Amino acid sequence: MRYMLLVCGDLPAYEAMQADGSFLPDCDAWADEMRRRGALVETGGLRPPDDATTVRVRGGEVLLTDGPFAETKEVVAGFSLIECADLDEALEAAARHPVARHGTIEVRPLLPA
Amino acid sequence: MTAGGGSGEVEAVVAGVFREEWGRIVATLIGLTGDWDLAEECAQDAFARALQRWPYDGVPRNPGAWLTVTARNRAVDLLRRKAVGAAKLREAALLEAAAGRGSGAGGHGDGDGEEGREADAGVPDDRLRLMFTCCHPALAFEARVALTLRTLAGLTTAEIARAFLVSEETMSKRLTRAKNKIRNAGVPYRVPPARLLPERTASVLGVLYLLFNEGYAAGSGADLLRRDLTAEAVRLARLLARLMPDEPEAGGLLALMLLHDARRTARLDAAGEPVPLEEQDRTRWDAAAIAEGVRVLEDALLRRRPGPYQVQAAIAACHATAATAAETDWAQIAALYGVLSRLVPSAVVGLNRAVAVGMAEGPAAGLALVERLEAAGELGGYHLLPATRADLLRRLGRADEAAAAYRAAIGLAPTGAERRYLARRLTEATGPRAL
Repeated sequence: MRYMLLVCGDLPAYEAMQADGSFLPDCDAWADEMRRRGALVETGGLRPPDDATTVRVRGGEVLLTDGPFAETKEVVAGFSLIECADLDEALEAAARHPVARHGTIEVRPLLPA
Repeated sequence: MTAGGGSGEVEAVVAGVFREEWGRIVATLIGLTGDWDLAEECAQDAFARALQRWPYDGVPRNPGAWLTVTARNRAVDLLRRKAVGAAKLREAALLEAAAGRGSGAGGHGDGDGEEGREADAGVPDDRLRLMFTCCHPALAFEARVALTLRTLAGLTTAEIARAFLVSEETMSKRLTRAKNKIRNAGVPYRVPPARLLPERTASVLGVLYLLFNEGYAAGSGADLLRRDLTAEAVRLARLLARLMPDEPEAGGLLALMLLHDARRTARLDAAGEPVPLEEQDRTRWDAAAIAEGVRVLEDALLRRRPGPYQVQAAIAACHATAATAAETDWAQIAALYGVLSRLVPSAVVGLNRAVAVGMAEGPAAGLALVERLEAAGELGGYHLLPATRADLLRRLGRADEAAAAYRAAIGLAPTGAERRYLARRLTEATGPRAL
């Protein structure tokens, strides 16, 4: 099964990640380990919501808004799409992800293809 | 087949078998089909068919196997009927192979004696897998509790809703959502691997303990259904202890339940008011349940892996085996609370330890511990903190301070029964005019 790990956090979490010296190397190590097991489909970090543009089409007209679709303290900062046997494996992978010690990781199963 | 009795007699047999077999049948069918709703539906059908057939055919030698085979055959039929795609047909064929229907043994759909014998050997006990899946920590705690009662104990949605004081619609949604999440999010149907087992076992034990306490805390009369939860909890704990013989905490939990439940009838007086432990009529305690609880606890302790349930059961055993309140081994209870507070540091455990130390070493030693809790700002608003302080002060002869503490406790006590009990202690301590 495929699971999307949505990497989320608020400003204090972001600051804690900045201050955490082993954070980035640990993120690389996590991704390497997942790749080695053939469990990592895709992963990436997102630029902050300041750089987001929201698109809607209403009545045939394209409406653009500067910023994210909803203003919240918690933002999606990145994602990892993983392939696991079951939820337990996905939860264990999420718990090993370095972001989990500062922010939160939402584990969302994908609809079957 | 045994000779068929009247239909009333058969109904009683079916009701008895239901308690024993429902969970096993549902667990087996989930294992075979992966479909929780189908499993429940087929289990229900099998019991309905038993009520129809057993009055005429007699009760099968192995009712559980008969019911399992009947439910399994029903699942094959339903899957075939629903089979629009090749995948579903394959599923039905696999299930059919598992049911051994290709072999020519036994009739179709009804599971006669031949099938019963065959099923006996081949049916694994999937109930442990079901317990762990129902209690998966990715489900909300209240959903784990409801799912356990529905799938393992066979309570109806309406019964569970009544027991937890929510509408049937709310409970139905809660159950549906939990089953959907199990299916859609890929919650595995299994006993977890060793690295996950301690955490997951704690969740199963926690759900069963909550069930027990919900039932135990319920009063009499109108709360009958809630009291049934206690019996279900004991039954499930007994099952868990049998299925996990190497997990001493499962035995510890069963022992704890048995030792508490043994005092059930002595806990309330004729008017339904709670009777404190030291005033209970010990001849009304269930000696057989106490003996079993002590035996189960001793078996668990032999494994030398103590845990919170074993320690709490050991404390309950100290109380349950004291011939009189005066003969209670408070020194041992105080030591056990010391162990418990290291295993699960909590202010409530600390307060209980203060009570035990107050009995074992004298009220001054107990009061020192209570004051340490107060200084730490723990348990603010919890009525048993001033109530404990009041009892210790009363025993120290500090009547005025005791009265003030009793009044503070009365102001915080959540139920009328507790307020009346504390008011009685206040009058005992200071004379009737103090009220």
